[in-house]
Amino acid sequence: MYRTPPLRKLGVLLLAVLPLVLAGCSSALLDPKGQIGEEQRTLIFTSFGLMQIVVIPVIVMTLLFAWRYRSSNREASYRPDWHHSTLVEAVVWFIPCVIIVFLAALTWYTSHSLDPHKPIAPNEEQQEPIEIQAVSLDWKWLFIYPEQGIATVNELAFPEDTPVRFRVSSGSVMNAFFIPRLGSQIYAMAGMDNDVHLVADEPGVYAGRSTNYSGAGFADMTFDAHVGTEEDFESWVAEVRESSQALTYPARYDELAAPSVDNEVEYFSEVSPSLYESIIKSFQAGGDHEQRMAEYADSYAEGFGHGGHGPAHSDDGHDESAESHGESMSAEAAE
Amino acid sequence: MFGKLTLEAIPTDPIIMTTIAGIVVGGLALMAAITYFKKWGYLWTEWITSIDHKKLGIMYFLVALVMLLRGFADAIMMRSQQMMASGGAEGFLPPSHYDQIFTAHGVIMIFFVAMPMVIGLMNLVVPLQIGARDVAFPFLNNLSFWLFAAGVILVNVSLFAGEFAKTGWLAYAPLSGKEYSPGVGVDYWIWALQISGIGTTLTGINFFVTIIKMRTKGMSMFRMPIFTWTSLCANVLIIASFPILTATIALLTLDRYLGMNFFTTDLGGNMMMYVNLIWAWGHPEVYILILPAFGVFSEVISTFARKRLFGYGTMVWATIAITILSFIVWLHHFFTMGAGANVNAFFGIMTMIIAIPTGVKIFNWLFTMYRGRLEFTSPVLWTLGFIITFSLGGMTGVMLSIPAANFVLHNSLFVIAHFHNVIIGGVVFGMLAGLTFWFPKAFGFTLNEKWGKRSFWCWLIGFYVAFTPLYVLSFFGAVRRMQSYENGDWQPLMIVAWVGAVIIAAGIACTLIQFYVSIRDRKQNQDVTGDPWGARTLEWATSSPAPFYNFAHLPEVEGVDDFWRMKERNGGVAPLSEAPYQDIHMPKNTWEGPVLGGLSTVFGFALVWHIWWLAIVGGIGMFAVFMARIFREDVDYYVPAAEVERIESEHRRRVEADASSSTHATQAGGQA
Repeated sequence: MYRTPPLRKLGVLLLAVLPLVLAGCSSALLDPKGQIGEEQRTLIFTSFGLMQIVVIPVIVMTLLFAWRYRSSNREASYRPDWHHSTLVEAVVWFIPCVIIVFLAALTWYTSHSLDPHKPIAPNEEQQEPIEIQAVSLDWKWLFIYPEQGIATVNELAFPEDTPVRFRVSSGSVMNAFFIPRLGSQIYAMAGMDNDVHLVADEPGVYAGRSTNYSGAGFADMTFDAHVGTEEDFESWVAEVRESSQALTYPARYDELAAPSVDNEVEYFSEVSPSLYESIIKSFQAGGDHEQRMAEYADSYAEGFGHGGHGPAHSDDGHDESAESHGESMSAEAAE
Repeated sequence: MFGKLTLEAIPTDPIIMTTIAGIVVGGLALMAAITYFKKWGYLWTEWITSIDHKKLGIMYFLVALVMLLRGFADAIMMRSQQMMASGGAEGFLPPSHYDQIFTAHGVIMIFFVAMPMVIGLMNLVVPLQIGARDVAFPFLNNLSFWLFAAGVILVNVSLFAGEFAKTGWLAYAPLSGKEYSPGVGVDYWIWALQISGIGTTLTGINFFVTIIKMRTKGMSMFRMPIFTWTSLCANVLIIASFPILTATIALLTLDRYLGMNFFTTDLGGNMMMYVNLIWAWGHPEVYILILPAFGVFSEVISTFARKRLFGYGTMVWATIAITILSFIVWLHHFFTMGAGANVNAFFGIMTMIIAIPTGVKIFNWLFTMYRGRLEFTSPVLWTLGFIITFSLGGMTGVMLSIPAANFVLHNSLFVIAHFHNVIIGGVVFGMLAGLTFWFPKAFGFTLNEKWGKRSFWCWLIGFYVAFTPLYVLSFFGAVRRMQSYENGDWQPLMIVAWVGAVIIAAGIACTLIQFYVSIRDRKQNQDVTGDPWGARTLEWATSSPAPFYNFAHLPEVEGVDDFWRMKERNGGVAPLSEAPYQDIHMPKNTWEGPVLGGLSTVFGFALVWHIWWLAIVGGIGMFAVFMARIFREDVDYYVPAAEVERIESEHRRRVEADASSSTHATQAGGQA
C-alpha cells in the first residue's frame, strides 16, 4: 500500500494539540486497532485542524467586533456607509479557497487510498488476505467463511495482521456493516455485492453493528469481532466445525432469515458453498422472489454430502471438501 | 365500507392515549370558546378565506409553533428513552413506538416546523420588501397554505388512528415498501408529504413570479433586499427540487398501492434509485431552509449595526453559488453505498466548495458589524449565536464531506449532532430572529425583549449541552436511531444530552411567555410609526400592522436600502403618504382554498385506509371545486380612494400624536 508518512506526521502533530485526544483512550474512532481506522483518524484530525484556520478567527472576530462596535462604545469609529472593500473581499474569498483547495486534494487522495473496495496488500508483517461474507438479515448478521466452509450468526473471528475482504450483502432491507475500531463501514443491500477491506493490528474483541436503521430489531443488530492469533482463529474455526448445525439453502436459510430480535450467536459447521451468491441472485432479475430462491437451490438443498450440481451453478464444480469450495469461491470473487 | 379502518386502529398505548385525550379536550375547549364568543364568522372571513399574504404568513407561523411543540415532545421522549435504555435496559418506549417517534420528529420538524416558518416569513415580508400589494397569485397562496394544513392534519390524525411510519424521516426503500412496512404508517407519510409538498411547489412558483414580476418601480434585481434575494433563490430551489420529491413519492405510492417494483428488490427495482432521488430533493431542501435564514441575519445585522450590509454584491453572488452547488452534492448523504473513489471524491469536493461562499457570507456579516454601532437586541443575539454555532456546524459538515472520514462518521450520532448544529444554529435561530424582527410589522407591537433574550440563552446553552455529547458519543461508536444500547459507558453523556433538551424546552417556554407578556403589554410596546427598529428596507415604510393593501402609493426606489435614504432626505423621519389617493385594485377572499384543503385531507385519509369510495368522492370534489374556481370571474375589487384616505389619515394622526408626546418616536421600540 502507498500510505504517505508525511500525512501521518501531520496528523501526529495535530494530535498533540487537540483536546479531543483526552477522550481518545477508550474511544473507538480515536483509538483504532487497524490501519484503515488509523488513517481515518489522521484524516479527521487533519481536516479538523485545517478548518481551525477559519473557525477560530471567525469566533474571535465575532466576539471582538460585537464588543468593540457595541452602540454604547462611542470611542469606536462609526462609518454607516462603509460597505465595500476590495481588499477585505479578496481576502475573505481567498482564504477559504486556499483551505478548500488543500482539503480537496486531501479528499481526492484519501478517497482513492481509503476506497473501501481497494484490497489491502499485505506488508511484511501481514498474512495473506482472507474473505468473509457478511449478510444482514432481520435482525442479525450472517457471516460466511467460504474458505473454511463454515458460517456463524452474530459472531466474527479472524486473525490479527490479516487483511480481510468483507463481501457485504443483505437478505432483507438495507443495513450497514461497521466495526468502529477497524474503520470504514459499507452498506449492505439486497441483490448487491458490496465489499470493504479491513485489517486488525492487535488482538481484542471489537464491537460491530449495523449502523443503518432497518426496523424493529435494529438496536440489537450487533456482533462481536474476535481478533486473535492465527492459532486462536484455527481453534475458533474448529469449535464452529463441531456444531451439529448445517446451513442449507434455501431450507435452513429461510428459517434463519425469518425476523428475530437479539438473536443468539449460532455456529454452522457446514454451509452451502454458493450460499452468498445464491442470496444475491435470488434478488436479481425478474420473477417472484420465492421462485427464484427455489431456482438457486443448490445441490446441498437437502443436506450435505450428496454431490451433484444445482441448475444455476453448473460451472461451479462443487466438491465435497470445504477447502476446494474455498478455491472456487475465490476465483469467482476475483471476477 | 371503511377499508382497512376498524376500531382496532385506535392505539391503546397509555402515552398516546393521554396525548389524544389532551388534544381532544383542548380542541373541544377551543371550539367551544370560538362558538361562545361568536368568532366563527370572523375566523372565516378574516383568516381562513383570506388571501392577504401577511395573514397567511401569520397562520403559517402559528401552525409551525404548534407543531414545534409536538416535534419537541418527540425529541424529549427520544432523549429520555436513550437516557434510560442503557446496558440492556429497555426504557419506556418499545421499538414500535420509538421508531415512530424519531420518524415523526424528523418529518414534523422539517416539513411542518422549519418549512412553514420559512414560508411564513417569506409571506409576511417579501411582498412588503419589494413594494408590492400582494403576491402574484393570491388564490394559489391561500391554497398552498391549506394544502400544507392538510398535511399537518394527516400527520396528527396518525396519532389517533393507526400509526405513523417506522422508517426514518426519508422512508428509505425497501424498508418503506409494502413487504417490510405493511401498516398504514408509511401511507400517512406518503399522503401528508405529497399533499403538503404540492402546496410548497405552488408557493415556490408563486413567490418566484412575485419577485421577478412585481417589484416596485426602480427596484432592479441588484437593489432588492438580501432577504428577498435569499427567498428568490430558495424558491428557485423549491421549483427545481420539490417535483423530484413529488415524483419519488408517487413511485413509492405505485409500489405500495399497485404492486409495482420501482424500489423493491424484485423485477429490476432498485433501492439505490430511491436513495438517490430522495436526496436529489433532500439536499436542496436544506438550502431552501437555510438561505432565507441567511437573509434574516443580513437584515438584522445591518439594521442593528446601523450600517449598510458589507459586500452586498458578494452576498448575492454567494447565495446564487450556493443555490447552484446545492444540486450537485446529494451523493454525500450516502458515500458508504459503495460508489467508486472518483464518484465519492467528486461529490465530496463539490460539497466542501459550498463552504467557500458560506464562509464569505460569514465574513461579510462580521464586516457589517465592523465600524458599526451594534445594539444587542434579541435578534442580534440570535445572529451572533448563529455565526459562532453555524461556523462549528459548517466545520463538522466539511469533515463529513470527506468520503474517507465519512466512512466512520456516517449514520453515527456525529451526523445527528451536525445537522442539528446547522438547523438549530442556522434555521431555528434565524426564524426566531426573524419572528422577533418582523413581529411588529405583523401585529403593530414589539415582542418583549427580556423574555426574548432569556429564550436565546436557553436555546444556545441547551443546544451545546444537548449536542456536544452526541458529537463525543459518535467517536465511541454510537449510531443514530438506537432504541437501546448495550454499552453502559454511554449513559452519562446521554443524561447530559437529556439535560440539554430540557434547557431547550425552557427556551421554548420563554418564547411562549414572551408572547403572553408582549400581548399583555402591547399598549406600551406599540409600534406607532411602522419603523420600530430604525430599519432600512421598504417593509418599514408602511404602518404596523401593515394595511391590507400594504402601500397607499407604491414606493419608488433609487438604490439598495432605499427606505434608509428616504428617511435621510426627510430629516430622519419616515415620510408619510400624501393625498390624493387612488382606488386600489385588490384580490377577493376565496372559499375554494380551504375547501380544497379540506377535501384533500379527506382524499389523503381515504387513501391511507383504502376507503376507495371516499377517495373518489374527495377526488371528484376537489376537481369540482377547482373548476368552480377556474370559472369564477368575480375575484377582485377596488378599494375606494376615500377608504384608503381614511386609513392613511388615521395612521398620520397617530404618528403625529405620538411624535408630539415623545421626541424619540422613530426609535422608541428598538431600545426597550
